[in-house]
Amino acid sequence: MSALAVQGLSFAYGPRQALDGLAFELTAGHFGALLGPNGAGKSTLIALLTRLYDLQQGDIQVFGHSLRREPRQALRQLGVVFQQSTLDLDLSVQQNLAYHAALHGLSSRDARARIDQELERQALSERRHDKVRTLNGGHRRRVEIARALLHQPRLLLLDEASAGLDPSSRQALNRHVRHLCRDQGLSVLWTTHLLDEIEPADDLLILNHSRLVAQGQARDFGDDLAASFARLTAPCA
Amino acid sequence: MNAYWYCLHGIVLREWLRFVMQRSRFLSALVRPLLWLLVFAAGFRAALGIAIIAPYDTYITYETYIVPGLACMILLFNGMQGSLSMVYDREMGSMRVLLTSPLPRTFLLAAKLLATALISLLQVYAFLAIAWVYGVQPPAWGLLAALPALLLVALLLSALGLLLSNGIRQLENFAGVMNFVIFPLFFLSSALYPLWKMREASEWLYWLCALNPFSHAVELVRYALYLRLNPSALLVCLGFTLLFALLAVLTFNPQHAALRKAG
Repeated sequence: MSALAVQGLSFAYGPRQALDGLAFELTAGHFGALLGPNGAGKSTLIALLTRLYDLQQGDIQVFGHSLRREPRQALRQLGVVFQQSTLDLDLSVQQNLAYHAALHGLSSRDARARIDQELERQALSERRHDKVRTLNGGHRRRVEIARALLHQPRLLLLDEASAGLDPSSRQALNRHVRHLCRDQGLSVLWTTHLLDEIEPADDLLILNHSRLVAQGQARDFGDDLAASFARLTAPCA
Repeated sequence: MNAYWYCLHGIVLREWLRFVMQRSRFLSALVRPLLWLLVFAAGFRAALGIAIIAPYDTYITYETYIVPGLACMILLFNGMQGSLSMVYDREMGSMRVLLTSPLPRTFLLAAKLLATALISLLQVYAFLAIAWVYGVQPPAWGLLAALPALLLVALLLSALGLLLSNGIRQLENFAGVMNFVIFPLFFLSSALYPLWKMREASEWLYWLCALNPFSHAVELVRYALYLRLNPSALLVCLGFTLLFALLAVLTFNPQHAALRKAG
């Protein structure tokens, strides 16, 4: 079954085409990596996947639910970590998570149980009463992942989630999400422009100049992914 | 249905927590009307006599006259500040968190408006309590009767703020809108002077004030504080609240900001 199916997706900012006829599928339980240089259209795709922007052309299905026809069912399946931190710095970790749980219609009791579970899973239980402002970048990202998983989505979207982190935090975050994918059966779409975040078994999608220029398993792109990526995203490609 | 309730509760709780965290916001919301009451009104008391006008049964001091207007001033500033926070949320991305909720967008925006309005009411009652101690004492039941009127006015001004924020590309532009919205709304109203005084000064100024929905908001609260109902003010406030809320929901679309930036 497809965790995510994108069909004929196009989007334009006025005269500027940001996405042009995108079509791909992400198999349930897989780690998908969406790779593309800056300005390729990754963030626009995430904005459409999360219903921040309205669809102009094409459709998106999350576990069979069309974002156009059944947005509520589709959004229930979706957890998101945005490129820019969206945590409220003046609130505690727990308060941030409780707010998100409420937005997804969880009762206080259910929210408490889910928050306990997710904070434990992210090894953040002891920081629950700390203000987000006091956490380092890596921990903030983990809080955002805990938050994205609170309503038990089946697909996790991470939009350049490692941006701004130091190399060791970046690797730790990448490893952590892969564990979630392997151990919990979570489907993941990880967008990045950094090649060292890709592993050979990943389902790779390469976006350039608003088009999907290649897709397949990362190992199919040969031993030198960097060279393949450079060739596919060259200005005349 | 429960999901809607939990969501509303969560949004109101967040606004409350943010309000508690930002004590300076609470203080500045109080300092502004208190300066008007304790300094401006005291200075003008001798110069500005107020004849007996409805809903008052007797001659009143100028301080007594301007308290309802100052209560509405708090709601006006808070409504605009609420929309400022919408622009801020949009720029900082926290609006994205709100919009990834599976609940309908209209409901989410209405909940946000209600949360802003409820927090504003706390500030108004804090102000009314200080005014009471200072000597401006409407009937005690009037304070309760004014609650629905104040809530309606808070919703009216929050909806106006949200509508304005939809047209604003970024945070910096908002300051200009504040000057062109808050000051005209406040000064061209019955908040500081009765409209008959305005008519003595200028007929067209009078009509500007009479047509200003904020005048009706002030009169609705003034009458309610003195246990009277002003039906025309109620109708105008209800009408404008529905109109602004409808326009705000219809024009709310985060991609408009992105499209404007790109365009």
